[in-house]
Amino acid sequence: MLKIIGYVIKDLLRNRWTLFYFLFYLLVGFAILIFSGDFSKSMVSFLQIILILTPLIGTLFGVMYYYNSRDFIELLLAQPIRRRDVFIGQWLGVSISLGTSLVLGLGIPFLWYFAQYEVAGDQFVLLLLLGFALGTIFTGLSMAVSVSTDNKIRGFGYALVLWLLMAVVYDGFLLLALIAFRDYPLEKFALIATMFNPIDLARITILLKLDISALMGYTGAVFREFLGSTLGMITASFVLMLWVLLPFALITFIAKKRDF
Amino acid sequence: MLLYFVMTLSSHSKTIEVCSDCEVRSIKQAVDLADSGDTIMIQEGRYQESNIILKVPRVVLIGKGKVIIDANKENQAIIVFRAPNVVIKNIVIKNVPFSSTEELAAINILYSSRYTIENVVIDSTFFGILIEQSDSGVIRGCTISSGSSIDVYEATIGNGIHLWKSNYALIENNDITNMRDGIYFEFVSNSVIRGNYSYGNKRYGLHFMFSNDDVYENNRFEGNGAGVAVMFSKNISMHSNVFSNNWGMNSYGLLLKEIYDSEIKHNVFVHNTTAIHIEGSTRIIYEENDLIENGWAVNFIGGSYDNFFYHNNFMGNTFDVAYFGRVNNNRFEENYWNKYTGYDLDRDGFGDVPYRPVDLFTYMVNEIPETIVLLRSFFVQILNFAEQVVPVLTPADIYDPKPLMQKWKWSDS
Repeated sequence: MLKIIGYVIKDLLRNRWTLFYFLFYLLVGFAILIFSGDFSKSMVSFLQIILILTPLIGTLFGVMYYYNSRDFIELLLAQPIRRRDVFIGQWLGVSISLGTSLVLGLGIPFLWYFAQYEVAGDQFVLLLLLGFALGTIFTGLSMAVSVSTDNKIRGFGYALVLWLLMAVVYDGFLLLALIAFRDYPLEKFALIATMFNPIDLARITILLKLDISALMGYTGAVFREFLGSTLGMITASFVLMLWVLLPFALITFIAKKRDF
Repeated sequence: MLLYFVMTLSSHSKTIEVCSDCEVRSIKQAVDLADSGDTIMIQEGRYQESNIILKVPRVVLIGKGKVIIDANKENQAIIVFRAPNVVIKNIVIKNVPFSSTEELAAINILYSSRYTIENVVIDSTFFGILIEQSDSGVIRGCTISSGSSIDVYEATIGNGIHLWKSNYALIENNDITNMRDGIYFEFVSNSVIRGNYSYGNKRYGLHFMFSNDDVYENNRFEGNGAGVAVMFSKNISMHSNVFSNNWGMNSYGLLLKEIYDSEIKHNVFVHNTTAIHIEGSTRIIYEENDLIENGWAVNFIGGSYDNFFYHNNFMGNTFDVAYFGRVNNNRFEENYWNKYTGYDLDRDGFGDVPYRPVDLFTYMVNEIPETIVLLRSFFVQILNFAEQVVPVLTPADIYDPKPLMQKWKWSDS
């Protein structure tokens, strides 16, 4: 499996996709830090990138890379290698190279900024970690989708719908639910509901670290009490782990079942 | 005749010196010796004394060099009782004890008008300067701190400068920190609070109750537990103050409750959870204020009539205006809103479409507080945009008909 991961990373480096994303994040990172002036403001901008763009890039790239390397995958499948290793290797290879572009692309501007001004680094590290996790999750989910269908258009479509569901529609339903059951105490419900969406989970975790959390009133206090506690942190990390394991299980399952 | 006057004057007012090897060794002794019009000159040193009671008028108590009065956690340091025209200057007061039954202060002035307190440093105290039923006083250039950290329980520290039923006061250029309320006014009218720096206080930087016709200007209120509260008062002028970093769950830059006929002008509100919280306040003019990077810039809770916002700059606030209840003739006109995305085709400096400062999300958070979990969610941003284009839910009557295209430059004065 390691060999496959290594090969994918090398391949991505060679056809310059990793470099492209790295440069993209680098540009965005510098632009945000230079133009927004205030660091807490730039943190919010970074948050938007991590929450929307990183999953989207992961989704698109997962599908694209899978369909582009169909021939190679078929070749590998003919070899005496476990199917799981082939697909998981592909996934991890793509995730690691995308994640590295993200971490370096945003990390370098931050280090440059950090060298000039005294700012809290831990929030940013958390942001990058969550970005890495979100990228990995969405690459995996989109690969699971594309492994299940040979039709490229359908694969792209499903993967995009999945992203849309998580990034946008889910919040819509959450909002509807909050409005529908407004007469009940909803903090616990909201807390649990955010756990079921990695994007929301990441968003809340970061928001609570930013000083903006003071705006969140009683609900925010409930969240902070939970996520601030050891149990909460363990639960949140555990849920995020589950989210990473989900594509793993899906890919393994689909790959085993499917006739190539 | 003239000689007679000079002689009576000189014979009547004497200077009593206090030092460790003078004839008079304690301040208490000096106070007992003092007659009306005398000066008590305290020489440099540390005086372990408390409960110094001044009862004669026109006495000047002045420190020369570094004079420390250490109350040793026994009692109040200096009490002025029924003695008008007293001056207290250039001393340091320390270690006034906490009491749960009495308001023990470093300097307590009772029934004594025209007092002057200048350059007094107060450290480790329960209450700082406590003025009761004494008109026309001046408190200037004092530094007051409870000496304890901000983490202590609110009830165990007192107020920095506390005035009760004392009109015509001038509170000027004082530094107050780590107290319960920095400056507290209750039944204090026709007074001026100017150039003070009140920061890191446990509750309010400045707290007004039932105090009419007062002015406060050029003060800085920074990082106080709950900001500044002005309650149940009329005719207050608030000019050129800075309210900053009053940040926390229950923190306000400026909290207005039951305020009538007041003017708020040339103030800067930066980085407060809620910059201006308005509750039951009527006929207030907000003119040429800068509201920058606050959580909520303006929060109307209800029962407020005829508030008028004119030529203010709203920049980078998470929520510009939150609004509960009916419009009640509260108006916004010719303000600058950095979130305004309209256009100005006729180039008259005003946007051609009105700006609605209450966006959908603000409205929802007001109605259902739990929806705050969707703060910064992409979906909410899309909704807000849609609502801006076609308002359905948000109060349509709260709007600025002539939003400015450029940041408003304050006029002079």
